[in-house]
Amino acid sequence: MSREEVEGAGANPGAELGTGLGPRLGRSPARQRLHRAKELLIETVIRVCGVSAVIFVFGIFYFVFREAAPLLFGGLDLGELLTSGEWYPDSDNPRYGAFALIAGTLAVTLLAMLIAVPLGLGAAIFVSEFSRGRTREILKIVIELLAAIPSVVWGFIGLVIMNPLIIDLFDTPVGLNVLNGAILLALMSVPIIVSIGEDALKAVPDTYREAAEAMGATRWQVTWRVLLPAARNGLLAAVLLGVGRAVGETMAVLMATGHSVNVPDSPLDSVRTITATIASELGETAQGSDHYRVLFVLGSLLFLITFLVNLTADLVIRGFKRR
Amino acid sequence: MSRPQGIRTDKLSLWYTKFQALVDVSLEIDHGRVTGLIGPSGCGKTTLLRSFNRINERIEGVRIEGHVHILGDDIYAPEVDLVELRKRVGMVFQRPNPLPLSVRENVLFGLRVHVPRGELRRDELNHAVESSLKEVGLWDALKDKLGQRATSLSLEQQQKLCIARLLPLRPEILLMDEPCSALDPSATQRVEELIRELRDRYTIVIVTHNMAQARRISDECVFMLLGQVIEHRRTEDLFLSPKDERTANYVEGRFG
Repeated sequence: MSREEVEGAGANPGAELGTGLGPRLGRSPARQRLHRAKELLIETVIRVCGVSAVIFVFGIFYFVFREAAPLLFGGLDLGELLTSGEWYPDSDNPRYGAFALIAGTLAVTLLAMLIAVPLGLGAAIFVSEFSRGRTREILKIVIELLAAIPSVVWGFIGLVIMNPLIIDLFDTPVGLNVLNGAILLALMSVPIIVSIGEDALKAVPDTYREAAEAMGATRWQVTWRVLLPAARNGLLAAVLLGVGRAVGETMAVLMATGHSVNVPDSPLDSVRTITATIASELGETAQGSDHYRVLFVLGSLLFLITFLVNLTADLVIRGFKRR
Repeated sequence: MSRPQGIRTDKLSLWYTKFQALVDVSLEIDHGRVTGLIGPSGCGKTTLLRSFNRINERIEGVRIEGHVHILGDDIYAPEVDLVELRKRVGMVFQRPNPLPLSVRENVLFGLRVHVPRGELRRDELNHAVESSLKEVGLWDALKDKLGQRATSLSLEQQQKLCIARLLPLRPEILLMDEPCSALDPSATQRVEELIRELRDRYTIVIVTHNMAQARRISDECVFMLLGQVIEHRRTEDLFLSPKDERTANYVEGRFG
């Protein structure tokens, strides 16, 4: 039976069955077409929003790589770039050895993680397992606030507060160094580690906690023996995303690490990271010059590192869900 | 013949925030017997069971009045150590909840949390694993799979493992909250057999929805309704000649 027939007969099948659906089934064909068109439009818009992320990521990678490619495949000694510490891009005889920049990045990131991982995981455990009610809510808000502080403000804190503090405490001539940058990066990574780590702990079924507590385990024993092993992958992902944040951070490390190209021997040495180099030098190069292009090579390298870190984190989370 | 007292409650009342789940429950449960707690959903039987090891207190907003004595000790006294209490009073839950560890570590979990690391000798641990699994009839099936994750076992094996992991601590009381409700009939039968085998050595309190099960495995039965104990007698008597009309209506299936 077609719709026209139903309408023509003035029948109301819903009323007969007592479902109350009658009037809706009888909507006119014109309105129905309009309704479908609207639905389609909304669906398309949403689809574009979703796909745009993919376009942006590939687009960015394409443009960065496009600027880097002529040098990368035309004369750049990749071995020298990765192993030589001689970064003299402005010299008459320019040398592009980025080893010191890579070492600076790694040193700052590594030290930042040494600080951020225990602090972040500890805070995640506290928020998720040891705090309740108001304390927990307030803590979560404050930690999220920490994530909202702009990196230039962190850099400012590094310059104005940490710098003299480090000079006093360690009796060094400069307080703008690996340690300074690492502490800032650690504080910037902590909110990520806390919120993702907390999610991972929250995802552990409560029945595990109950079972362990019913056997007389204390809250710390429950955490150590049951929750941490159960949430291991989620916590690892939290740490990796924190690393991703630290590797890519620019402004704070630019301001706080002393801006000197140098392979560090100790946390109190000044360094310069890849990101800080790109940010400070790119504006002063001639577009299309070798110096310009080598900065894009460094950008690609950075992109590759953060991409790999994030990919690993993602795979780890996936493995976590599958189990 | 008078038996020693296992659990005694004195005017025990419990509130979840505003809702009163237990109303002046006064009850004596003999040591060394199986006592069934029966009653319709929401009557407070699980709440009562969970107040015997104070696991109710995990939930925010729980308030308790009255007393619970376990083997003579007031477990709500301020000086009571929850860790010690839960060592003496083990619990089996409605859904099998082995920890996400190996079979062996599940059995040893209690020892690991109660005994300092230095005092655990390897042969003692091995013995504890073997004897506990033997006691619940899992040893032959699992002796070659001790390293397997416990969460990958069948539900029946998981639930038996949840009983086995209580045994190394030598608890005096076993609380069981509908231990067979997630199991199929044949698994239920085998877990019931296990409970029967354990009855001589432990005081067992078992919550069940299943009246036939209560008749099969309990020596005494407590019928609860709306947070109150209506009747507490030998199982046979409760089912065959209930004193209270409400008990009669429930056991005959007129409501529930």
